[in-house]
Amino acid sequence: MSASATSAESTSFAARINHPAARALIERHRLRWWEVLPWIAAIAGYFIFPGYLGFGTELLVAILFALSLDLALGYAGIITLGHAAFFGAGAYTVGMLADHGVWSEPITGLMLAALVAAIVGLLSGLVLLRTRGLTLLMLTICSMALLEQAANMAHDYTGGFDGLPNLPITPIFGVFNFNPLYNNTQYLYALAVLLACFVFVRTLVYSPFGQSLTGIRENLLRMHAVGAPVRRRLIICYTLSAAIAGIAGGLWAQVNAYVNLSSLDLDRAATVLIVLILGGYGRLYGAFVGAVVYLALEHFLARIYPTAWQLGLGILLVFIALFARNGILGLGEALWRRYGGRHKPSAPS
Amino acid sequence: MAALRRQAQAVGAIMSETRLETRGLTRHFGALVAVTGIDFKLAAGARHALIGPNGAGKTTFINLLTGVLQPSHGSVLLGGKDITATAQAERVKLGIARTFQINRLFRGLSVLENVYIPVAERMGVAPSMFNPAGKRTDVIEEAMYLLEVLRLGDVAQHRVSELAYGRQRLVELAIAIGLRPGVLLLDEPAAGVPSAESHIILDAIERLPEDIAVLIIEHDMDVVFRFAKRVTVMVSGAIFAEGTPKEIEANPEVRAVYLGQAGARAGDHA
Repeated sequence: MSASATSAESTSFAARINHPAARALIERHRLRWWEVLPWIAAIAGYFIFPGYLGFGTELLVAILFALSLDLALGYAGIITLGHAAFFGAGAYTVGMLADHGVWSEPITGLMLAALVAAIVGLLSGLVLLRTRGLTLLMLTICSMALLEQAANMAHDYTGGFDGLPNLPITPIFGVFNFNPLYNNTQYLYALAVLLACFVFVRTLVYSPFGQSLTGIRENLLRMHAVGAPVRRRLIICYTLSAAIAGIAGGLWAQVNAYVNLSSLDLDRAATVLIVLILGGYGRLYGAFVGAVVYLALEHFLARIYPTAWQLGLGILLVFIALFARNGILGLGEALWRRYGGRHKPSAPS
Repeated sequence: MAALRRQAQAVGAIMSETRLETRGLTRHFGALVAVTGIDFKLAAGARHALIGPNGAGKTTFINLLTGVLQPSHGSVLLGGKDITATAQAERVKLGIARTFQINRLFRGLSVLENVYIPVAERMGVAPSMFNPAGKRTDVIEEAMYLLEVLRLGDVAQHRVSELAYGRQRLVELAIAIGLRPGVLLLDEPAAGVPSAESHIILDAIERLPEDIAVLIIEHDMDVVFRFAKRVTVMVSGAIFAEGTPKEIEANPEVRAVYLGQAGARAGDHA
């Protein structure tokens, strides 16, 4: 290398590390002040809206489920419409173990739910992730439908169409009971589980592994050409995502004390996809924003307009599809760049 | 980078050694014979150009070398070792890198991230799940170094899709160099770049570390005659002629078959 190379070498290690681009990458994973806000809001909500804790618990479960999808779809670009397969696998793991008197301790129950969902994710991923795009989309729906039918037919174990009601879940740490009338325990428990899973996902997406997932999402062929074991990475990601979806499903079964086929159906898989697209995928907090907006719309629109509340949702989705492809967070970011503070050349990935 | 320079010094002694070789390399697509019976040698530190009319099988040949395609017959050897059955990702680890005729970049990511990915992959950092990517300042520093060498330092923070096409081609090159290849295959590196910008690509190619064996596919004869020390002409999937740029230029058959109208233009620069 000639003259320019020498000049580049003369600028030191420190100079390169202090380049704004390098600093942005080095500091990317550091906690920003606004990242505390959702958690403050969640704790404040506990005290301000004691009558809404059932709704709040449902919201936390939805966020966790959407977060698991964000890992697979938002970061690795795995197009799936069958994520309820893992939610259901987790829910039925908790439900069947409790109903048949095998295991009813909640925290280890969630770990088992994660394990079973991870196994389902790994096995289906080994087959499905050979495909891409629409083929993959169809196959994810198919595998979910297979699970749903299996749950329907194995009536003796799963309760079939009726599901398993009144699950006997033991108190957390043997002390805090799940009271169906007051959801305080459920809410705080769900919040703790969400926080733990969020820390995991956040760590993962800012790691070199997470960076390579975004590489796969942005250009699959190039990832092959830089020597990345693309399929292995996708399968690992899919399995982890399935495990978290399984935790969400297990949590859902525990806090509601029931499990039924709705945990495995297309409606649930489509809803979580809408939640994520609404909030903005590939940006961690899209799951939070999307779940809040979706559930709030569902809750309040259904009161005002019980027969046609989905009309409002539909109009919002049309708006998102036309004007805000990156969801509410993406729209906010674009507006911030245009009218707000400093120019930020590169978006978070 | 120091390691790269040391490598460069050691390489002087083995400069004439064959890095990459093919024997009777053939690939059919159904009845179509894309590449047939190619015996080819790429020396360590070579600056070798592969030219030929459209449809001559140049890109197929590159795809066979990188393992994107499997040959119907014949073999590929790297450093004397048969790698015909070796998968693409493994060949990259063995030191074969390429660029693409049409940019294949991580479009939504920053320029720095585009180079971070291959460097992390090469260093074996990429499977790491529980440490932040930003903690690996060695990867970031090397990526920044590469960007500085290619004069992309000022846009390191920009999203790569915001760059002019010519500078995107440089990122394409940076990704390949970030893999520290022993063999670098450049598929029309200046394709699609406005002529006013093409010099930045050529400058960058000329400044590649000397020990890398470079095979460049190029249509632009100016580039070929400026860059290459050896030229192979492919026609209809087979090697038609091989020699120094002067020999190729002087070869009447090559002129007739390939250079044709371009021959006169290339002659101006000889």
